[in-house]
Formats: sequence, structure tokens, C-alpha cells
Amino acid sequence: MLWLDKIKVGFEGNMANTRGAAVRYESVQKSYDGESLVVKNLNLDIPPGEFLTMLGPSGSGKTTCLMMLAGFEPATHGEIYLNDRPINNVPPHKRGIGMVFQNYALFPHMTVAENLAFPLQVRKVPKAEQAQKVRRALEMVELGAFGNRRPAQLSGGQQQRVAVARALVFDPELVLMDEPLGALDKQLREQMQYEIKHIHENLGVTVVYVTHDQTEALTMSDRVAVFNDGVIQQLSTPDDLYEDPKNSFVAQFIGENNKLDGKVVEVNGKSCLVELEDGTRLKADKVNVESVGDRTTISLRPERVEFDTHDAMDNIVNGRVEELIYLGDHIRVRMNVAGNDEFIAKVRNRGEKRKIHVGDTVPVGWSLNDCKALDPVS
Amino acid sequence: MSDVTSDQVLTTQDGKPLKAALAKALRRERLRSLMLIAPLLIFIMLTFVAPIFDMLFRSVENQIVSETLPRTVVLLEEWDAGSGETPGEDVYQALHYDLMIASEYKRHTQLGTRLNYEKTGISSMFRRTGRRIADFGEVYADQFAALNPAWEDPMTWVNLMASDAWIADQQRWAASQDGPEPTFILSETAVAALPATADIYGAFAEFLQMEEGDSPTDEQPWNAVYAALYEDLADNPQAFSTFSGTNADLLREAVEAVPTFATASMKELFIDAEDGWGDAGNWAVIKTFSPAYTPGYFLSAADAQLTPDGLEMKPENQQIYLFLFYRTLLLSIVITLSCLLLGYPIAYLLAALPLRYSNLLLILVLLPFWTSLLVRTSAWKVLLQQQGVINDVLVWIGLITDAGRLVMINNATGTIIAMTHILLPFMILPLYSVMKTISPTYVRAAKSLGATDWTAFWRVYFPQSVPGIGAGAILVFILAIGYYITPELVGGTSGIFISNRIAFHISSSLNWGLAAALGTLLLVAVLLLFMAYDRIVGIDNVKLG
Ligand SMILES: Nc1ncnc2c1ncn2[C@@H]1O[C@H](COP(=O)(O)OP(=O)(O)OP(=O)(O)O)[C@@H](O)[C@H]1O
Ligand SMILES: [Mg+2]
Repeated sequence: MLWLDKIKVGFEGNMANTRGAAVRYESVQKSYDGESLVVKNLNLDIPPGEFLTMLGPSGSGKTTCLMMLAGFEPATHGEIYLNDRPINNVPPHKRGIGMVFQNYALFPHMTVAENLAFPLQVRKVPKAEQAQKVRRALEMVELGAFGNRRPAQLSGGQQQRVAVARALVFDPELVLMDEPLGALDKQLREQMQYEIKHIHENLGVTVVYVTHDQTEALTMSDRVAVFNDGVIQQLSTPDDLYEDPKNSFVAQFIGENNKLDGKVVEVNGKSCLVELEDGTRLKADKVNVESVGDRTTISLRPERVEFDTHDAMDNIVNGRVEELIYLGDHIRVRMNVAGNDEFIAKVRNRGEKRKIHVGDTVPVGWSLNDCKALDPVS
Repeated sequence: MSDVTSDQVLTTQDGKPLKAALAKALRRERLRSLMLIAPLLIFIMLTFVAPIFDMLFRSVENQIVSETLPRTVVLLEEWDAGSGETPGEDVYQALHYDLMIASEYKRHTQLGTRLNYEKTGISSMFRRTGRRIADFGEVYADQFAALNPAWEDPMTWVNLMASDAWIADQQRWAASQDGPEPTFILSETAVAALPATADIYGAFAEFLQMEEGDSPTDEQPWNAVYAALYEDLADNPQAFSTFSGTNADLLREAVEAVPTFATASMKELFIDAEDGWGDAGNWAVIKTFSPAYTPGYFLSAADAQLTPDGLEMKPENQQIYLFLFYRTLLLSIVITLSCLLLGYPIAYLLAALPLRYSNLLLILVLLPFWTSLLVRTSAWKVLLQQQGVINDVLVWIGLITDAGRLVMINNATGTIIAMTHILLPFMILPLYSVMKTISPTYVRAAKSLGATDWTAFWRVYFPQSVPGIGAGAILVFILAIGYYITPELVGGTSGIFISNRIAFHISSSLNWGLAAALGTLLLVAVLLLFMAYDRIVGIDNVKLG
């Protein structure tokens, strides 16, 4: 982790532009074939210096959004602004945007140092300054001794660092990363997440990051835009996304979550009463339903289910324990609640011998705020 | 510490060296794979490697002179070719015997043809002399016959020359007429006492038995045999002493008569027959090419020649091959470059287009492979000739006048145009297969780093396509350098390649040795270029996909 401390030093000379660029998508649409929209009316405002992640399942249009910003795909409709300047007609090489590709795209016929010098050469930076910047960038990513190697002679993690260094060496205000960690194993990925996050913090550049790994999105980002089907489903901070999903897709996509299907029978301002298929009635936070009679899916995080029920709880139902899975720090309990036998509860392992056995019918409870009435799933 | 471990030999559980165990385990695998490729290997050996070695051998092989004129060649070693004088009488005598035998076997014309490659005129010299050689010894035959008619009797000669065992065998065979006549065997007495006569008579008997199916007992010997007998008796008056009976009597009588015989100078007879035999230059050629192996073909292929004074270039007006080699190389390079120039953009397009369009384009690229080479080349004739389509169009447009029609065929231009067209697919395909593997993200990355389209192409895309260029260029160049049909059809005289000369020598002039030498030189040139390429570009930098 030592090299992280050097980043600040390494780029101190460029601290003038530590404030990154501002990006704005204005009603951007994109179609490749003229028949279907891959990106549908995208409006997105990214303030300078923000780490914004585009998260979504495969084919949801994340890369397309990034490519439009980088200039490799034209927007079919709408305008993209970089620092309030429309850039639809600016060619990619004049946008000054650093980019890290999923497979790194390090030039195989050049050494690491030549790769890093490339953006400086095309900018006609004086030779001496080039060499100095390349050396500093290499030291920054702890690869000082690797300048003469070819990319093929580096490990995946090392190549990834070179790719990051190359995207930063010409001091861009905006860096785009398209699943830069997709090819790494879990441990290396976690380490690199941390390192990229720190580069961002130290340099203050704006980062637009694409991933379909929700953990990555939650741990790294200032804000996350959850994409599905070419539409941003929700744009929030990571904790908001987890605590207050705005629709079922976000609830399903981020974290684990129990689904209970039912119908709204009563609306009380910000909350509502939902009747499940077996007649059980639950009080829920009214998020994405309108009126009585609407079909809804209730979303409930497994760790919010309490076994120590008391009368003050908003919802208490009986469930039969189907299966116990011991996971060390917690125990997963699979139950049948209100006819749904995929209902999961997480119990913190406090050391005391809990009296839960498979086959028992026990009461479980949760508060109204943890129980979101969202749009129905299917 | 590492020293200790590296010195230890790793062993398997039962103590055998690990390496040996591994080798044993792999041997079966290797044998099996070897068996799989064995048919191909044998095929290649028989149809490719063996002919190449045969060609290499032919380019230096020259046994025909020493095989046809064995006696002459031996005596010629003594002769000083640089003296400018013709050889002595003994050489002509030897030539008399050699040519007599060769003319019976009809081999003298082949030898004449071979030597004619080195000096024109020798061929007819041999042919004409061959027709008269049988008469050269007549003067001796007549005198022996006049001395004693027994010399005209074949049996006299058999009794004199054949070994007793053979005579007995022959009589037994004559009685039974069973199978072929026993092979003639010379008597040791005759060989010792009458060496020249025995030599020629042996050749005569062998010729009769092998070629004519006749018996020595039925045929009077060639006149040359009488000449040899005269020579032997004049050299060795005591020859009869080792013989007995009628043989001894006959010989004693002949020895006494020989000093009174009229003689004939073989030298004069030869020069009478053909003036060429009095030309020391012709003799020098025979001497120069008498060794069994000769650099002569290679020298000819390089427009040089071997003279008594050593190595020298042929006269200017006879030099053709070096210039042809030079032209072949030059045109091949031009063709390779124009293939590259035309092929690169097409391959780029192929690699960049979506699959359904690129497949269609690829079919168009491969289309020429489905039509005959001859058809394509002939089509170029139609297009390029002076009354052809292109000239007509140019005249019609007014770019050129009717009198100034361009000459685009039957010269180097025609060869370049037609061969570029024919070899283009060989450039496009390797280029395409390499370009297809170059991910478009590299160019995107370059652009995102600030490179213009051109810089991104030149600094990032192009270097990665170089292995394809290498493969395509080598392929096209090597195909071009050995091309034959197209230059033959559209090259005229100024557009033909060295391979056209090779074909000419193989099929028309029948000078296979020269053809082989030219082919070998071409092979060496290609190998040298290949090595240079390996040095400069590196052969591992060549990729076909
Ligand atoms: N060049 C293209 N031509 C036509 N369609 C395309 C092209 N690129 C992408 N698409 C389509 O656009 C849609 C969105 O693609 P995009 O690459 O933006 O998805 P993504 O969110 O990045 O997915 P992933 O997580 O798998 O990378 C997909 O349905 C894809 O098939
Ligand atoms: Mg993508």
C-alpha cells in the first residue's frame, strides 16, 4: 500500500487542476440499429471531483454511456457537456479524457515506459518533461523497475496499474473506467478498489466508473447510478441505495432481499397496509405504490428480521424454520413465512445458544420502515 | 545452497532418474504422432525433398564426358591445354577407340549436345565424325586380311581373345541353344600381351552380346580392333610368345609383317573428317569438362565460364542470366510492394467491417482462386493489349491519341499488373487474419490518450499488423520469384523471369544441368533473402493468424 502515499507527491505538480471536470448528460438517447433504444433519455449531472459509478446488469447500456462520453459513439439525440461545453462534435482525442479499458488496452508492441510516454508524445510535451513524468508515474504505481518490460511480461494487477497510470499521466480532469477490475481475482480486485479510490481522493479528478459488481460500486463510489434497460433506475449515495431503494429492481439488484407479494388494502399518508396472498396483513413504507388495490411487492432485508419480538413492533408474523445455515459471524435461517418458503432471516451470532430448531414455528417481527412496498415484480 | 540442490538428480520413487522416466513416457507419444505424420513425410520425401536433391546433384553432375570418352580423358590429363597446340597422336588413337564404341552405342551425339552447351559447333563435329569413324581403321583391317584371310574369320578372333573356359561354355551353349549365350570373357593371356586389342575387342564383344543379341563367333570385329592389334604388335613384337598353337603362328606371321604395313595417322583422319579436331580450343573444352563433377553449369548460370586461363565472365553479348536474376528479384519486389499497397486497405476493411459484409468481401477476395490462372492471365491480355479495352477507353476519353496507345502487355508492366492481381489474395489473407486479432480498443485507447486518427493508426495499429505484412510479403515474394506461367504469357521478352529460362532449358534445350544450376541459384537466393529477413524482422514476427 506504500505507493498510495506517493500519489499525492507524484502529482503535486499538477495540483492546479485537482478539481475535476463537470459532466452533464442532457436527455441523451442512443440507438445502434434505429429500432431499439439502448439508452433512453439519460439525464445525469456529475459535479467536479465526484466518483460516480454506473452499475447495472449486462447489456443495460453502461458502456454505451461511457463511450458516448469518451467520444467513440455518437449520441443519437441529446447533448453531453464537459465543463458546460457541449462536446458532441469534439473528436475523442481532443476531449482530454483519461480512459481505463476493461482489458487495459496496453499497447503490446511498446514497453511500459513507452506506453506511459505515448499520451505525452502526442501532446508534444518536451522530451525531458516526458521522461520525468513517466518516471514519476511509474514510481507512483510502484513499478519503477518495470519500465522496460512489455505489457505481456507483467501480471494482471501490474498491467492494471500501468493502465491506470497511463490514463492519469497526462493530467486529465476526467477519467473513465470500464470494468477495469473485471479480469482480476477477488483479492487483487479488493486491493485495487482501495487503491483506485485513493487515487481519486488524492487527485480530485472526476471519475466515471462502470461495473456490474455491486460491492465494488458500494465501496468505491460517491454516488451510484443503477442502470437497467437503458434507464437510470436510481441515482443515490451507496447507503441510500441500500436503505431506500426506489423500486423493486434496485432492491433486488443491491444486496439481499426478501420478496413478499400482495395487494395494498389501506393507505395512511407515508405508510400503507398490504395484504399478502395468504391473508397476512403487513404495515409497510409506501414507496412505489399509489392507491388501494395496487399490486405490490414488499422488500425486506434479511438482517432486519428480529426473533426477539415485542408488542411495539409494527409487524409480527409466525414462520416455520426450514433450514439453518451456520456462517460463523451470523446464521442464516430459511423460513416459510406467509406461504413464501424462500424467506431468509439473518441472526447475529452472539454466542448464546439460540433456541431455534428446524421445524419450529416461531414469531418474527420487523419495523414498518424496513419493509418497503415497491412496484410488483412480474 | 542452490548449488547443492541443482546438482542433485531428481529420481522417481523407484530410484530411476526423473529425466529418463519422463523421456520414456514421452517416447510412445512421440512414436504415435510420428506414425500419424508418416504418410505425409514419405510423400514429401519422395515428391519434394528427393527431387530437390536430384536437382542439386544434376547441377554439378558431368559424368557423360568421362563415361563416353574414358580412354581419351585419361590421356588428355597429360596434355597442356594452355599450349595452344593440339594433343599428340596417342590422344587421337584413344579418341578413335572411344568414339568407335560410342558411335555404336549412339552415345556420341549426347556427348556432342552436352559439350555444345560449352562451345557451339562441337555437337555437329561429333555427329559427323561418328558417321565416318568406322572407316578409320580400315587400312589396317585390309592389310591384316591380305596377309592372312584367317583374320577375316570371326573364329580366329574368338580363339585369340576368349578365355578357354568361355570357349568351352559357348560350345556347350551352341549345342543346346538353351537361354542366352554365356557372357564373353577375355583370356588373361590376350589381356597381358595385347592390351589395346583386348580392350577394344572386349568392348566389341560386349556390344554384340548386350545390344545386338549377336555372338562374337559370328561377327568380324570393328576396323578399330585391327588398328589396335597393329598398335599392340608394333609396341610389343614378342607378343606371340605367350600364345600357343595357331594363335602363336598367326601372331608371329603378323609381327613379321607389321613393320611393312602402311600406317594411317589418326590425327590426320580426324582433322580430315572435321576441321574442329584440329582446334586446340575444342580439345580444351573436352579437357575442362572431363571431371565427373563440374562447376560449369553454375558458372554458366552466373554468366561466367571456365577457360584454360581460369575463371572469367562471358562476353557481354552472351550474358543473360545475371540480368534475368536481377530482373526477377526487382520485379518480385515491385509486385510484393504493389500487393501490399493494394492489399493493406482491403485487409483493413475486411477486419473492420461487420461480419456479414466482411464475409461477402472475403468471398470476392477469394473469387480469383476459383477461376483458372490461365483464364485470368488471358483476361489481362484482352484488357491490356494495344487494341484492348483499356487502351480503347483511354483513346475514347481522349487521354491518349490513337497513335500513342500504351504498351502495357508483353513487357515488364504486363507482368507486374497481372501478377499483382494473381498474388493479391496471398497478401490479403495473412494480413486479414492478423488484423482480425488486433482489438479495436487499442485504437480507441490511443485516441483517448490524445492521438489523432493518423497517429493512432501509425503508432498503434500499424506496428501490430507488421507480422501480417511480413507473412504476406514473404508469401507473395517467394511465389513471385518462382512464377512462370504469367510472365510467359504476358511478359514478352522484357518481362520474363528466370523461371522461364529454367523451363526453357528443361523442356526445349534439354540442358537439365543448367536448368538445375539456375534453379539451385534461385533457391539459394530465396534462402539468403529469407535469412536476411529473419535477421532484420525476425521470423517469429511472422504470423498467419
Ligand atoms: N456496437 C454495437 N452495435 C450494436 N449494438 C450494440 C453495440 N454495442 C452495444 N450494443 C447493444 O447495446 C446494448 C447495451 O450495450 P452495452 O455495451 O452498453 O452494455 P453494458 O451495460 O456495458 O453491458 P456489460 O456489463 O455486459 O458490459 C446491448 O444490448 C448491446 O447488445
Ligand atoms: Mg460494458
